[in-house]
Amino acid sequence: MEVKKTSLNSLHQKYGAKLVEFAGYEMPIQYKDGIVQEHKFTRSNSGIFDVSHMGQLFIFGSDKLTNDLEKIFPANLQDLNLNQSKYSFLMNDNGGIHDDLIITKIKKGYLIILNAACKYNDYEIIKSKLNGKYETNLDETLSLVAIQGPESKKILDKIIPGCNDLKFMNGNNFIFEGSNIYITRSGYTGEDGFEISIKNEKTENLVEKIIEKGSKMIGLGARDTLRLEAGLCLYGNDLDTKTSPIEANLKWAIPKSRINTEYPGSSVLKDQIENGVKKLRVGIKPETRVIARGDTKIFNDYNQEIGKITSGTFGPSVEHSIAMGYVENNYSLLDTKVFLEVRGKKVPANVCNLPFYKKNYLKGEINV
Amino acid sequence: MSDVKYSKEHEWIILEGDEATIGITKHATEMLGDIVFAELPEKGSNVEKDGTAGVVESTKAASDVYTPVSGEVIDINQTIIDDPSKINEDPEGKAWFFKLKLKDKSEMDSLMSKEEYDKFAKESAT
Repeated sequence: MEVKKTSLNSLHQKYGAKLVEFAGYEMPIQYKDGIVQEHKFTRSNSGIFDVSHMGQLFIFGSDKLTNDLEKIFPANLQDLNLNQSKYSFLMNDNGGIHDDLIITKIKKGYLIILNAACKYNDYEIIKSKLNGKYETNLDETLSLVAIQGPESKKILDKIIPGCNDLKFMNGNNFIFEGSNIYITRSGYTGEDGFEISIKNEKTENLVEKIIEKGSKMIGLGARDTLRLEAGLCLYGNDLDTKTSPIEANLKWAIPKSRINTEYPGSSVLKDQIENGVKKLRVGIKPETRVIARGDTKIFNDYNQEIGKITSGTFGPSVEHSIAMGYVENNYSLLDTKVFLEVRGKKVPANVCNLPFYKKNYLKGEINV
Repeated sequence: MSDVKYSKEHEWIILEGDEATIGITKHATEMLGDIVFAELPEKGSNVEKDGTAGVVESTKAASDVYTPVSGEVIDINQTIIDDPSKINEDPEGKAWFFKLKLKDKSEMDSLMSKEEYDKFAKESAT
């Protein structure tokens, strides 16, 4: 299959991106400054991320749509306000995760943001579950751009006046150069920021304007170190079809009102919520600079294997090697000493709190 | 000071008497990106030509460091273990990796000159 290009491909090249194939798209892993500088610039200033490879699924329909979507997703959609977003999951009958996603209530329907590598599979699953009753559109005429970091609100508000009034996990329609765009206050870096859904042909212009105001293009490499410092899961690494949201320590995303209702995997989740899980996702901090990548085995002090790392890197802002992974439940307590097998050696490490890096979002508006 | 030689695994080596100083090339650091971790062989250990003699990791991935010649490790550069970003700053100078007491000088013969390496690096990058 031919590798796809996003609407920002020529801009990536202009700004010196190292392009790699990711989920069928040619994407920037980093630009000239490199991952560490890009990471730090996002934390201290403002970074732009091309996330156009992600899926933007629109579903339109009558009042019954909300009911039918609650049979698919474990979110409380009945109480979702217009333009409000929730983090949720598409699951299989065993409670395993097909994808983690963001659902936003829009006029006459919903917008669901899907992971790039999952989007076509998700679309087929959702369409078949909805049985053709509603208008669905995985819209590839739209790009998705994230702007993240403390200066982003000032920068974007100069170009799109009013966007700074948005609250965390809320969105609205705005106009850019005569064209309708949809902005939500959200992101995946642990920073305040926005995600902008915009027509492909307008994207380059908007991004150039954002760069003019002081933001910089940031690659997927820094996106990965930023999200890992923020303790956020990457689908395919930390989440998969064999892992449930409860095991992934994402119970907060399953509202109480949905525990006794039906959706794929609901009986498994109910059982896990009531009776506990065998494995749990935890943060892990090696005692040395050694980096424990995905698939690194975790041992207890009797040399018994008790789990596996799913993501690991060096955190440029916390200036420490950081990781997360799944351990048997009785090793999930804070400060539990574990050992990571890296290149044949056992490296001491400790179970720690997530996130590794915490920053103030808009105060009082975090509802996660 | 003798000439610098280069290996196909992107190491450089300088020989003074029977003491060799080894590091990774600027080209290698540019390919790797920001280096955040370095592991070096133990002092007193013996390493074999083309065998692994350490590891460097960028934020994205780990890469083995090979030794282009055999010998006994007589010194390692602790400063790059403490601050691996120094490797990106001055890879062919202050950020040397380890020093060897050379076993067999003839192992140097198969290594590349600067011109040969630059050509090799340019071709292997595309």
